[in-house]
Amino acid sequence: MKFGVIVFPGSNCDMDCYYAVQFLGENVSYVWHQETNLFSYDCLILPGGFSYGDYLRTGSIAHLSPVMEAVKKFALEGGLVIGICNGFQILLESGLLPGAMLRNKSLKFICRYVYLRVENPETPFTKLAKKGQILKIPIAHYEGNYYAPPEVVTQLKANNQIVLRYCDEKGNITEEANPNGSIENIAGIINERGNIFGLMPHPERSVEPLLGSSDGKIILKSIIESVKAKI
Amino acid sequence: MAKVKVFITLKEGILDPQGQTVAKALENLGYQGVQDVRIGKYIVIEMDEEKEEEIEKQVKSMCDRLLANPVIEDYFFEIED
Repeated sequence: MKFGVIVFPGSNCDMDCYYAVQFLGENVSYVWHQETNLFSYDCLILPGGFSYGDYLRTGSIAHLSPVMEAVKKFALEGGLVIGICNGFQILLESGLLPGAMLRNKSLKFICRYVYLRVENPETPFTKLAKKGQILKIPIAHYEGNYYAPPEVVTQLKANNQIVLRYCDEKGNITEEANPNGSIENIAGIINERGNIFGLMPHPERSVEPLLGSSDGKIILKSIIESVKAKI
Repeated sequence: MAKVKVFITLKEGILDPQGQTVAKALENLGYQGVQDVRIGKYIVIEMDEEKEEEIEKQVKSMCDRLLANPVIEDYFFEIED
């Protein structure tokens, strides 16, 4: 299978994503933001970083890049798309996922490991996890305070679109375990169809024990298994 | 030539930690009467367009498509000649 890592001006986790995919033994290429045909890929990764300097709002300029039209077409055909951190922000700005990002409640840039509870393991991105499993994966962001209007949150819950929530070490969803003020401790959501996933934590930064955790592998390997099951 | 002043604010009810922090700082400076502070964006656009109706139409579209995020923000604008 082949992954494509989209590179916007200002992306800075593109190399980490590339490395992580290669580490897991799969093919991967960088995709420049001017690209318009993405159908040779099985999964697209929108990496973290500061696309276009985070000008105006995080992800707001990147979502107008030519490649995003191609990402939409790819997703419309059922292709798997994962947006990590800034990539998640771009998916929100483009309307591929509902909601928006606000600044962290603490007004601090937070860079540390967090615990996440898998709320929905029945997605192509989490199929190797168990419901309620706790993952240790790092976050690194200033604008990760997920917000959606109440009616959207109700819908997310009803459709089981909340995939990951911030929790404590034991899996309790508490205010203290919420690093950024996200509504309902939301760390990652999926679209209704189940092929577009956005999350603030960085699975690509936790694929080897040397990095402090290899739980990120569960997400990347889930994608690989899902694609291989289809082929 | 027209000058358009666009004001973008967080919707009511959306937490503004930046505003809260500034409110606290103002209080520390001794301004006891400060109840709340909300921080927004101010954008000035110069346009080569004369018809007010057309300017209004275009700026509204700019705000809806890029300048403001309707999930969390409201906007209004003023047109100056």
